[in-house]
Amino acid sequence: MAEPILQVRGLSTYFFADEGVVRAVDGASFDLYPGRTLGIVGESGCGKSVTARSILRIVERPGRIVGGEILLRRHSGQVVDLVTLPSDGSAMRQIRGGEIGLVFQEPMSSLSAFHTVGVQLIEAIRLHSPLSKKAARARAIELLALVGIPRPAHRIDAYSFELSGGLRQRVMVALALAAEPHVLIADEPTTALDVTTQAQILELIARLQRERDLAVILITHDMGVIAEMADDVVVMYLGREVEKGPVDAIFHAPRHPYTQSLLRSIPSVLAEPRARLATISGSIPHPLARPAGCPFHPRCPDAMPGRCDADVPVEVSFADNHVTACHLYTEPVA
Amino acid sequence: MTTPVLEVPVLEVRGLRKHFPIRQGLLGRVTGQIRAVDDVSFSIAHGETLSLVGESGCGKTTTSRCILRAIAPTSGKILFRDEHGDAIDVAGLDRKGLRPLRRRMQMIFQDPFSSLNPRMTIAEIIGEPLLVQGMRDTRERETRVADLLRLVRLPAAYLNRFPHAFSGGQRQRIGIARALALNPSLIVADEPVSALDVSVQAQIVNLMLDLQDQLGLTYLFVAHDLSVVKHVSHRVAVMYAGRIVETAPTKQLFTSPKHPYTEALLSAVPVPDPRRRAHRIVLEGDVADPSNPPPGCHFHPRCKYATEQCRTEVPALTEIEPGHAVSCLRAAELSLRGVASGS
Ligand SMILES: Nc1ncnc2c1ncn2[C@@H]1O[C@H](COP(=O)(O)OP(=O)(O)O)[C@@H](O)[C@H]1O
Ligand SMILES: Nc1ncnc2c1ncn2[C@@H]1O[C@H](COP(=O)(O)OP(=O)(O)O)[C@@H](O)[C@H]1O
Ligand code: SF4
Ligand SMILES: [Mg+2]
Ligand SMILES: [Mg+2]
Repeated sequence: MAEPILQVRGLSTYFFADEGVVRAVDGASFDLYPGRTLGIVGESGCGKSVTARSILRIVERPGRIVGGEILLRRHSGQVVDLVTLPSDGSAMRQIRGGEIGLVFQEPMSSLSAFHTVGVQLIEAIRLHSPLSKKAARARAIELLALVGIPRPAHRIDAYSFELSGGLRQRVMVALALAAEPHVLIADEPTTALDVTTQAQILELIARLQRERDLAVILITHDMGVIAEMADDVVVMYLGREVEKGPVDAIFHAPRHPYTQSLLRSIPSVLAEPRARLATISGSIPHPLARPAGCPFHPRCPDAMPGRCDADVPVEVSFADNHVTACHLYTEPVA
Repeated sequence: MTTPVLEVPVLEVRGLRKHFPIRQGLLGRVTGQIRAVDDVSFSIAHGETLSLVGESGCGKTTTSRCILRAIAPTSGKILFRDEHGDAIDVAGLDRKGLRPLRRRMQMIFQDPFSSLNPRMTIAEIIGEPLLVQGMRDTRERETRVADLLRLVRLPAAYLNRFPHAFSGGQRQRIGIARALALNPSLIVADEPVSALDVSVQAQIVNLMLDLQDQLGLTYLFVAHDLSVVKHVSHRVAVMYAGRIVETAPTKQLFTSPKHPYTEALLSAVPVPDPRRRAHRIVLEGDVADPSNPPPGCHFHPRCKYATEQCRTEVPALTEIEPGHAVSCLRAAELSLRGVASGS
């Protein structure tokens, strides 16, 4: 495998609110490679978006990166630790949108309602390359065609609200790619879309990845989307990475009780009609009331009293970079 | 697969239409119609779950709101069987005529609390329908509310708490308890688990299945998620641009769809297994606009099997096997791909 383009090491991002400290991300580590998709999956509030925002250095107050490294291999070949850069400095501004493209769930809130699609695209293109307005417009039309927008020379003058949800998300992808980034972060890019539109957008992302050797971080709560798209997977629960590894191992040989329970509880079109679903007892704890020890222990069918409710499990590695943080795989310390 | 107890339809919808006028200009002149629901017919037997599926804007919510008479249909019949076994046309009733039927049909929403008073306790929220229907005795009401809470598997200690203290799954249980307060026979559930996390979604799906068995409820289950639909339905009706394009028993619909839209919809669902990365049928373009639907078969501009005839001729919903109806001109000759169970 090639060199990783992005390495996240022990990333921790906390929110310091009046009511207490939310450990939104607590020690995430993963590598991202050109041409590969890393899926980050987990239920709401587990820290997926904060991980993405940390990489882009757009964590808002009262949140702060409190530890770890985010090593990006830049276009120049130089490796920088994004954590050490000023979040609004020129390097970070070049990287954000320039070297790391971004797609969010809600194109409506990320696209301007006051400017046409073209104005926004041309601005994004010229921000990161010295093209004339005319050349940038031609490039914008090319980009719209690239993301599969019919009649791009006409649509470039449309406002985002004149477009359907699917076309808007395509415009978002075009914007994300305007500066030819090597890394694309897509945070729930299809969650607001219908299935057939979701299929279009996922296929678009996969095609662009092949054509451009993009490294993609795909964030979603949908295990189906992960199974379809990811090469490598990180499963998160309450800010912790509980398991990570190649997609086949995560789905066919999951190690962590949370991953196992989550996979069993997913409804499937392949199930017998009216089959009852396996459930995980209880619900996700409030972020300020994170259980001691393993954060999953109150809901875990395999929890071992005295260990799981007391000690934070360390990560254990298996073959193929398959890693899990669970006491079931370590001997108790005597 | 459990079969419904009785073949008597609790609900029968015939030729339902709901058109919303499009108004423009200062005078609000009507310049067109959104055909949100356009000649929809189906029936649901006692104890049965019929799911209404389709992509956003296809008319699912509008259909449900017509049935519950939150809005008045443009035309069509909505025959609801009351406790005496008589079929009453709800479509034609006025407010007064509707009142005795209200308790027999209840709704479960995606977010049950969006419309409720945040200053009411759980006991008050669940007890309100009882009070409105005339259960004045406080003790009697409290007993009933406690029973309902037990039914949806919530601890009695929650009675005096306020909604904001609850998670999404707990709120949905409270919404269900409130809907069950008056012993309804028909429950219309509009995307009841769509906003929930998977681990909680599974609990609510199972609860709805259990309550149905326990209380003999009839469900109209509205959803866009075909995976969830597979786990709850006896039968499924697929809607596209205001019309039902296919209806069949659940297994049949999933394994041998007969409408190209159903086929495409099924193939678009991501399967949670990386070894089954399917070759998907990716539909081009967007869902048809109900204010300006294409002529002929509404689906023809996106259909890979469309012929000249499809552009002009409107296909009728036709039964091709018992219980399996399709509206596609080519239904008899096409051999379409469903989702296979097993490996
Ligand atoms: N601006 C904020 N202020 C306080 N807490 C926040 C903020 N943003 C996120 N959090 C908390 O961080 C945790 C992780 O959130 P997030 O990364 O958005 O989860 P998700 O996995 O759903 O994307 C949650 O507990 C959330 O409440
Ligand atoms: N009150 C209304 N006024 C005008 N148009 C409406 C109204 N309610 C729904 N519609 C339109 O009717 C169509 C069907 O909507 P809806 O029944 O909500 O679809 P679904 O629930 O399947 O997503 C959509 O085009 C929607 O915009
Ligand atoms: S550490 Fe313990 S509680 Fe946590 S997942 Fe493993 S067995 Fe369950
Ligand atoms: Mg998020
Ligand atoms: Mg709806």
